[in-house]
Amino acid sequence: MALSLLTPMFKVERDEELCIQCKVCMRQCVNGVHWYDEEEDRMRCDHKKCVGCHRCVVLCPTGALTVKKYPLEFRENAHWTLDYIRSIYLQAETGGILLTGMGNDRPYPVYWDHMVLNASQVTNPSIDPLREPMELKTYLGRKPKAVEIKNGKLAEKLPPQLELDVPIMFSAMSFGSISLNAVKSLAQAARETGTFFNTGEGGLHRDLYEYGANTIVQVASGRFGVDPDYLKAGAGIEIKIGQGAKPGIGGHLPGEKVGPEVSATRMIPLGSDAISPAPHHDIYSIEDLRQLIFSLKEATNYEKPVGVKIAAVHNVAAIASGIARAGADFVAIDGFRGGTGAAPLRTRDNVGIPIEFALAAVDERLRREGIRNEVSIVVGGSIRNSADVVKAIALGADAVYIGTAALIALGCHLCQKCNTGKCNWGIATQDPYLVKRLNPEIGARRAANLIRAWAHEIKELLGGMGINAIESLRGNRLMLRGIGLNEKELSILGIKAAGE
Amino acid sequence: MMITIDASGLHYRKLNEQIRKALATGATEILIKNANGQRYIGTGISGNQRIVIEGTPGSDLAAFMDGLEIEVMGNAQDGVGNTMNAGRVIVHGNAGDVTGYGMRGGELFIRGDVGYRVGIHMKAYKEKQPVIVIGGRAGAFLGEYMAGGVILLLGLDLEPGREIVGNFCGTGMHGGTIFIRGEVEPYKLGKEVRVVEPTSEDEQFIADYVARFASYFGDDLSRIVAKPFKKLIPFNKRPYGNLYTPY
Repeated sequence: MALSLLTPMFKVERDEELCIQCKVCMRQCVNGVHWYDEEEDRMRCDHKKCVGCHRCVVLCPTGALTVKKYPLEFRENAHWTLDYIRSIYLQAETGGILLTGMGNDRPYPVYWDHMVLNASQVTNPSIDPLREPMELKTYLGRKPKAVEIKNGKLAEKLPPQLELDVPIMFSAMSFGSISLNAVKSLAQAARETGTFFNTGEGGLHRDLYEYGANTIVQVASGRFGVDPDYLKAGAGIEIKIGQGAKPGIGGHLPGEKVGPEVSATRMIPLGSDAISPAPHHDIYSIEDLRQLIFSLKEATNYEKPVGVKIAAVHNVAAIASGIARAGADFVAIDGFRGGTGAAPLRTRDNVGIPIEFALAAVDERLRREGIRNEVSIVVGGSIRNSADVVKAIALGADAVYIGTAALIALGCHLCQKCNTGKCNWGIATQDPYLVKRLNPEIGARRAANLIRAWAHEIKELLGGMGINAIESLRGNRLMLRGIGLNEKELSILGIKAAGE
Repeated sequence: MMITIDASGLHYRKLNEQIRKALATGATEILIKNANGQRYIGTGISGNQRIVIEGTPGSDLAAFMDGLEIEVMGNAQDGVGNTMNAGRVIVHGNAGDVTGYGMRGGELFIRGDVGYRVGIHMKAYKEKQPVIVIGGRAGAFLGEYMAGGVILLLGLDLEPGREIVGNFCGTGMHGGTIFIRGEVEPYKLGKEVRVVEPTSEDEQFIADYVARFASYFGDDLSRIVAKPFKKLIPFNKRPYGNLYTPY
């Protein structure tokens, strides 16, 4: 084989005084970084193979390991950074499309960090959520313009709604892209915290039907695992049009990840590629989208809300308006930092727009058109903490989806190698040896803890603003101020500058 | 028990409510008269009853359907058998675009022509092997991304100058089989498929389905099987296996 010009990304440092040659690192690393040198009775490593997932660092019983950025420096060049040089070496060696996992990691502005929240001082009292009632209950679905009450009851039945105890859901991650234990963790956490997980396009594994009341089933272009039982199993249905990490392109689960369980769940032959076409070929227009929305409503007897997930792209406001008019009960918008099990690197890093702008534009457009009540807005693709959730709701979201944050709760260290199937944390893999590293009971507890912690923090932030129900924050942009933003950015976000 | 529903002037939602109600109250056969573009007939319905439609049903006929038999005495529109799970649809006229999209089981018999992207992303799993039989011609992208199942294209009574199938036939195909009665020029095929001769097992499969096709529509079986078939299969089930480089 010709010489590879690639240099290591990471350097594994071992404190020889602490190392006891127990070989845990060797057993834990599926990439084969660590090995035991019998002659010298010491552990050695191949830095080149390290992906920086920290599994060995965390599991080393004596704390002997450190993983650092490889100290090799190219001659300083602001234009040709390491990443770009590396990708050319890789493509020159292979001729392939660069494939990666997780979300856009480029240094684009993070607008959440340019918005600050308000608090009550003197003129209105703040509320202490530990001792006073505080409501986070959220209903996703179409709301009528007005309700009529007859004899103390609603005269007309409300359209179907998803009832959330917290305005946070686990976003679509298929069984295939992540392990069954990872999906089980999220499903159980969703049930414990009164929210929803989303099947993604991978079908619903038979062990997960019991979580139906906390499940959103997804229908994407490949229609994997979609049959009448599946549609009826969930509390709601989501049509996937696009994903923030890869707007405009389809999906592709490689055959090596299609083992017996994935094969049975997706209802495709063992080892067969699972290809999701870029568009749904029965949807080339808003009218066609309406056709699929109502096809799904007919198939489920109008008992379940049907939403549509799109990637945040330039014309997102007009598209969302079309989606509302097509009869969707909720629209899910995925920003350009949204994660993925696998996406072409150039698409992930260069296509789509920040969710903060997309959300502001969509909420504004729907309000202006007088149809904001007809559709709920769910946003995802960069929500990192409870403050991001609060800011998203103040900008106009009804609820948020978290994907990356949920996986971090399960142990992900963001090495961005989901596409390889070699996840040492047992999350983005189908290798049985790796999958069992993630105990779904522990995973569920960790994911549920995260939701509960964020719920407490959201209540604290709401209370500080003198608000006692998340409803009152929704679209309440007066609670936000911008810092370090230009006039145009402020106007798109629909917020004032700090000090105004 | 047979029930007749007059669809004239009925919105699809009302019509489908009536159909569901009739099936729930024990109808074994429903005759729908004067269908005029009502969508979603048979959509998402499970059972083994039979629906006969006079007139033209609308799009997504038998979408997600699970087990029924539907016979359309005239033409059907787009998306017949969309993501269908089991059952049978028999169309005496033509059917539109994306007929059999993502179909995972059951059978479609279309006497006339079909539109674009028919049988796109059909897939098979274990005992579920969807089959589409097309009596006339098919538009472009027949069997695109096909992952399983069988498409039988007969090209009966082609008018002079009209071709049996459009361009990009079987493009992206990574499973399943397409049988075409007669020849297909290589330039019309997607680069993922190759043409082979049917085996004797294939001949038997074709004969069985053509016999049923002939009986549904009153055609002459011997006339149809007199002309030889070509078999289209994908080169492999991993067409894009070498396209990517992990970054």
